[in-house]
Amino acid sequence: MGKSPHLIRLDRASGRREIVANHWLRVAEASDDAVPPHTLLPLSEWLARRDELLERTDVGVWFKPDDEPESLGDDARRLSVIAVDFPAFTDGRGFSIGRLLRERYGYAGELRAVGDVFKDTMLYLRRCGFDAFEVRIDKDVEDAAKGLDDFDEFYQNGVDQPLPLFRRRSA
Amino acid sequence: MYIYDDYDQKIVDQRVVQFRDQTRRFLAGDLTEDEFRPLRLQNGLYIQRHAPMLRVAIPYGHLRSDQLRVLAGIARKYDRDYAHFTTRQNIQYNWPRLEDVPDILAELATVQMHAVQTSGNCVRNTTSDQFAGVAHDELIDPRPWCELIRQWSTFHPEFAHLPRKFKIAVSGSVEDRAATWVHDIGVHVVSNEAGETGFKVIVGGGLGRTPMVGAVIRDFLPKEHLLSYFDAILRVYNRYGRRDNKYKARIKILVKAMTPAAFAAKVEAEWAHLRDGPMTLTQAEIERVAAHFTAPSYQVLAGDDAGFLRLQADNPAFARWVKRNVFKHKRPGYAAVTLSLKPTGVPPGDASSAQLDSVADLADRYSFGEVRVSHEQNLILADVRQSDLAAVWEEARALGFATPNIGLLTDIICCPGGDFCSLANAKSIPIAEAIQRRFDDLDYLFDLGEIDINISGCMNACGHHHVGHIGILGVDKSGSEWYQVSLGGRQGHGASLGKVIGPSFAQDDMADVIGQIIEVFAANREGDERFLDVVDRLGIDPFKARIYQKERAHG
Ligand code: HEM
Ligand code: SF4
Repeated sequence: MGKSPHLIRLDRASGRREIVANHWLRVAEASDDAVPPHTLLPLSEWLARRDELLERTDVGVWFKPDDEPESLGDDARRLSVIAVDFPAFTDGRGFSIGRLLRERYGYAGELRAVGDVFKDTMLYLRRCGFDAFEVRIDKDVEDAAKGLDDFDEFYQNGVDQPLPLFRRRSA
Repeated sequence: MYIYDDYDQKIVDQRVVQFRDQTRRFLAGDLTEDEFRPLRLQNGLYIQRHAPMLRVAIPYGHLRSDQLRVLAGIARKYDRDYAHFTTRQNIQYNWPRLEDVPDILAELATVQMHAVQTSGNCVRNTTSDQFAGVAHDELIDPRPWCELIRQWSTFHPEFAHLPRKFKIAVSGSVEDRAATWVHDIGVHVVSNEAGETGFKVIVGGGLGRTPMVGAVIRDFLPKEHLLSYFDAILRVYNRYGRRDNKYKARIKILVKAMTPAAFAAKVEAEWAHLRDGPMTLTQAEIERVAAHFTAPSYQVLAGDDAGFLRLQADNPAFARWVKRNVFKHKRPGYAAVTLSLKPTGVPPGDASSAQLDSVADLADRYSFGEVRVSHEQNLILADVRQSDLAAVWEEARALGFATPNIGLLTDIICCPGGDFCSLANAKSIPIAEAIQRRFDDLDYLFDLGEIDINISGCMNACGHHHVGHIGILGVDKSGSEWYQVSLGGRQGHGASLGKVIGPSFAQDDMADVIGQIIEVFAANREGDERFLDVVDRLGIDPFKARIYQKERAHG
């Protein structure tokens, strides 16, 4: 955990992407002290200290694959950064977490994919609402960004394209 | 048949480019074996015993003659001149080179074909009734719904990496010919009392290590909600399906652990958020897709063809073929013909490239240029005029496709087994052949009536052995190949799993064992009673007694 230099940030409206420095520190557990600015706390810790942290816009949350977006609920609206960990890219639970945060709990801040993230997972992530990608350190980040462009059209709805093709096809 | 528009074509074309890049990066060492594996599997590419194996999607088993010719060309150019039709209504190549796969995909894309999601832990090719649209007992044509599901499932971003593979089958007729009860999701297209179309939804069936028959979680789902409801099912499965143990990762395990009622409630709760959302199907889209599946330009024929009836009366060989391989059509004067890929001595489901080309020719001449694949691994000409049946029969005979054995004991479903598959415990193909050789007397086969023999080379159950009337499973005993036999399984409505009769047998004994099972059946049969009915009536004990007594007698 800790910082990664390889953060691709996607502007969801324009589709522009840039490679930026990461200012946030993802921690496995927090001490009892005050939480420093730009910390990403595990969901369980955040929930335990919710009352203390709810007004802080410089504290974020990260999800493990079996964490439940339901337990954060509409509090998601108050956060500015949420990360979802993909311990292995073949564990697709984080895709559902992304969609639920965006589509059900109205989360509008930065949604970051961390963990086993590389070129071939980028587009699915984007479609599930992710707009920041912490590409694995041993992968070419410029190349990874190109994965966002593998397809132009999608059959189903997604966070990036809320209308399924069949609603656009007839138009 | 569904015809791609520019959108569909672009998606498939871009897939070719994407997979070419993935293959290049793997060969260049930029993708590790572990990274490439799930990516290639989602493109139907296995690494098998001898070579890679490529599984090409045949959505719900429908093919056009131009597609068949391209499949034949691929077999000729990139493989060893043959291909294998599977129980998922797909086609497999056993000997392609990895380096060639992107080019193969590019050729497939020229005829609106692909290998998307034919393997891997994602939603697989949706399967259906091989007689969809033509069956005399059809209530509602399932094909538009299959196509809508195909599109919904193609590169679904949320369900690209499920706990395990996911298989959907759709049926719209009185008889279930799509094994819907043993799929992750089985769908019956139905209409309610008000005449509205909808779906009965079954979940949690499946074969493999822990075989199960599915449970109905919804009796009637109005048609426009099909895809949003699927999203709900898959989301529940994606989130809560087990990932710690691949043998417990299928949705059937989750449904069983939760109970079907609790699972259904969870799906309904999820669906409450999704229903009436953007994935709600529009009438325009349903009509757009359904318009691809309207009837071809049939001739208006009054009834049965006189010449056809006469030949049936005069020529016993023809009559026998008609009885087994010709299926009753919903249109007067037409018939559906099954071309048997089960002649003795050919691995079940295999066809040479020359044969594939010939089937394309037959389809063009006699069946509006269309062919279907059945999950029993045969090919179907669905729209043949009865007056053409004699000609089709002659040509099919010349091609080796007229074995009149559909539904009989030699129409064996058989996985590739130890000859090709690296997961096998035992060979399957030689067992099928030994049984076919033992029962080479057509009259006798006919008398025995319907008997399904299904053979799998291991627990994975690719050959559906659990639902065979007679199931054969390859098992490994201290490094040598043995076979376990079960009786009484069935697909269709009232699907059930066969009961194992006892200790397993050596390869050389298998034909004898089947012979003994048939003797017990013949000795106890009342009139024309079917094999399954005799097994149901007697139970497995008399079979057991006969087989193991004999074995003991042999010491
Ligand atoms: C030769 C390479 C093949 C490999 C490595 C392979 C692998 C597997 C595996 C691992 C399973 C177990 C799935 C589970 O337990 O969840 C399975 C099941 C199955 N496979 Fe294959 N298979 C192969 C070929 C085939 C072929 C040729 C067919 C069709 C003839 C086929 C059709 C099926 C079916 C119908 C099932 C059972 C589905 C169910 O569990 O409901 N497979 N296969
Ligand atoms: S049943 Fe086993 S041996 Fe047969 S194809 Fe499937 S995995 Fe291979």
